[in-house]
Amino acid sequence: MFAAYDIAHLLAGLMLVTGFAMLYQDRISAVLTTFAVQAILLSCAVAWQAVAQNRPHLFITAALALGLKGLVIPYALRRMVLKLGMHREVEQVVGVAKAFILGLCLTALSFMLVLRVTVKADVFTREGLAMALAIILIALLMMITRRNAVTQIVGFMSLENGLILAATGARGMPLVVEVSVAFSVLIALFVFGVFVFRIRERFDSVDIEALDQVRGDQR
Amino acid sequence: MNLSIALVIAIPLVGAAILALVPGYRISAAGNVLAMLATFAAGVSLIFAPKGASDYFILDEVNILFIILNTLVGLTTSVFSASYIGHEIETGKLTPTLVRFYHAMFLGMMGAMNLALTANNIGLLWVGLELATLITVVMVGIYRTPAAIEAAWKYFILGSVGISLAFFGTILIYLAGQAALGEGLPAMTWSKLLESAAQLDPALVNLAFVFLLVGYGTKIGLAPMHAWLPDAHSEGPTPISAVLSGLLLNIALYALLRFKMIAAANPGAINPGPILVVMGLVSLIFAAFMLYMRRDIKRLFAYSSIEHMGLITFAFGMGGPLANFAGLLHMAMHSLTKSAIFFAVGHVAQAKGTQRMEDIRGLSVSHPGLAIGLAAGVIAIAGLPPFGVFMSEFLILTTTFARQPWLAVLVAFGLLVGFGALLWRLQEMIFGEPSEPSHKVEASYAPLLVHLALVLMAGLYLPGPVVTWFTRAAELLK
Repeated sequence: MFAAYDIAHLLAGLMLVTGFAMLYQDRISAVLTTFAVQAILLSCAVAWQAVAQNRPHLFITAALALGLKGLVIPYALRRMVLKLGMHREVEQVVGVAKAFILGLCLTALSFMLVLRVTVKADVFTREGLAMALAIILIALLMMITRRNAVTQIVGFMSLENGLILAATGARGMPLVVEVSVAFSVLIALFVFGVFVFRIRERFDSVDIEALDQVRGDQR
Repeated sequence: MNLSIALVIAIPLVGAAILALVPGYRISAAGNVLAMLATFAAGVSLIFAPKGASDYFILDEVNILFIILNTLVGLTTSVFSASYIGHEIETGKLTPTLVRFYHAMFLGMMGAMNLALTANNIGLLWVGLELATLITVVMVGIYRTPAAIEAAWKYFILGSVGISLAFFGTILIYLAGQAALGEGLPAMTWSKLLESAAQLDPALVNLAFVFLLVGYGTKIGLAPMHAWLPDAHSEGPTPISAVLSGLLLNIALYALLRFKMIAAANPGAINPGPILVVMGLVSLIFAAFMLYMRRDIKRLFAYSSIEHMGLITFAFGMGGPLANFAGLLHMAMHSLTKSAIFFAVGHVAQAKGTQRMEDIRGLSVSHPGLAIGLAAGVIAIAGLPPFGVFMSEFLILTTTFARQPWLAVLVAFGLLVGFGALLWRLQEMIFGEPSEPSHKVEASYAPLLVHLALVLMAGLYLPGPVVTWFTRAAELLK
C-alpha cells in the first residue's frame, strides 16, 4: 500500500544517509558534493510536503533549498576551495569508525526520544521529526569532528537542512518562519564568507587549529 | 499593532539604512545618537500605549520594562561609542569605512532586539534574536586581529548551534500547540499558547523546554555553555561589550522566561523552576571562582556578567512575586552598572593602550576621573551599599532564605567569592605608581554618570510608580 508518508520518509531517510556519508568523506570537494545532494533531497522532501499538505507556498522553500543550498553555495564554496588550494584531505579528530558508531547512537537516541514523546501526533510528523532530529545531531557531530573551517560551514548548513525538514514536516507551520530560516541561511553565508576570507588573510590556512593558538588570557 | 511598537522597531532599522549611506564618522556618530534618542522616546511612550496582544506583537508590563531598559542603554552606549570610535579612528585601529558599517550595524542590532522583545509570535521572537546575534558576531570581529577573528568564530559557531537548538524547541512547541489550537498561526502565538497551556501535551512541552533551555541558555551565557562569552566581550569594540552584557544576554533570558511561563502553566510538564535554580547557581559559583584567574580587564567583567546572569536566572527559577521582583530589579541594575563599567573600561584601555590588568596601575594618579568612575562601578557591581545592586541582591537573598535557607547560603558564598576578586583587582588597578604608557583620553563621562546615578538612586529610593510597575511585571511572570 502506497501512502503519502512513505515518500516523505523515503526522502528524509535518504537525507539521513547523506548525513552519514558526510561523516566519512575525507576530501573537501566530496563533502561539498554530498552536501549538495542532501540539499536537493531536502528540496524534494519539502516539495512533496507542499503537495501532500496542499500548501503551495512551501514550494518557495523548496525552490530556495534547491537553488541556494543545492547549487549556488556548493559551487561558490568549491571555487573558493580550489582557489585557496585546499582540496586535499581533511584532518579528522575522531576516526571514521568511531564517528559512525557515534552517529548510529545519535540516530537511535533521536528515534527513541521523538517516537516516545509524540505518541499523539500523526505518523506524518512523528517519523519525519525523528529523522530531522537525527540529521541535526549528526550535523553537530560533523562540526565537532572536523578541524576545517569549510567543513564546519557545511556542517552548520546541514544542521539547517534538518531544521527546515522538521519545520516543514510540522503541519501548517506559518510561512513566516520558513522564509526567515532561508533568509538567515543567506546571512549566515555572508558572515561565513567574510570570516573564511579573513581567516585566509590572517593565517594562510583555513584550519581552525591555527585559531586555537590565540587565547585572550595567555597574552 | 500600534504606532509605538512600529516606531520602536522601525526607527533603528530605517536609521541603519540611512547611516549605511552616510560617509564621515562624525556625522554618522551623531546620527546614531539621534536615532537612538528617538527610539528611546518611542520606548518610553510605550508606557501609555494600550496593552494587549495581536497575532504578531504583544505589549505587557514585562516587555515594556525590557524595551525601556534596552533603548536607554542603547542611547547611552551610542553617546559613549561616539567618543570611543573617535579615538579608534585617530589611532588607526578602525578605518572610516568600517566605522560607517559599524554605525549601521549598531542600529540594525537595536532594531532586531526590539523586534524580539515585542514579538508575540515565537518564530518572530527567534528571528529577532538570531538577527541580533549575527550582527554582534560581525561587530566582535571588526578589528580583524587574529584574536578578534577567533572570538568571532567561536561566538558564531556556539551561538548558531545554540540558536538552532532553540529553533528545534520552537518547532516542538508549535507541534504541542497544533494539537490544542489547530494548525496555523494560533499555535505559534505566545499569548494563545499560554492561555491553553494546560491542554498542551506535557511530554512535548518537556522536550521542547530542554531544547529551548540549552539553546537560549547558550545565549544567556549560563555555564557550561558560556565558552563564547568572555572571548566575544574582550576582543570586540568596548561599546559592543557593553551592549552584549547589558542587553543581548537579557533578551535571551527574556525569551527563555516566556517559554518558562508556558511550561510552568502546564500541570503535567516538569517544573522549570528547579532547573533554572540549579543552572543559575552553577553559573554563579563557577564564574565567581573564575574571576580570580583573569588577566584581561574586559574578560574579568565578562565573567562577572556570567556570575550575575546566573544570579538573575536563579531568582526567576525560585519564582513567586518577590523573587521575580528581585530578579527583574537585579537585571535592570546589572545592565546599567555593567555597561557603565564597560564605558569606564573602554577609556581606561585606550588611556593605557592595553587590556592587561598587570599593566594598568595607579589610575587614581594618572586619570582620576576614570579611576573614580571605574571604582564606583565596581563597588556597585560587587554589591556594596548604597547602590541598587546591593538592594536587589539583598532581596534575592532574603526571599531565598525564607524559602530554602541552604540555597541562600550557597548564593551568599558565590557572591562573596566574586566580591573578593573584584575588589582585589580594583585596588591593584587604582592605586600605586602609575604605569606607562599613559595617554590623554577625551572621555565622555555623561553616559557613565547617568547610569551610576540611576543605580545609586535605585539603591537609596525607588519611586512608587516604578515599584508598582515592577510588581505588576513580577506578578505576570508568575
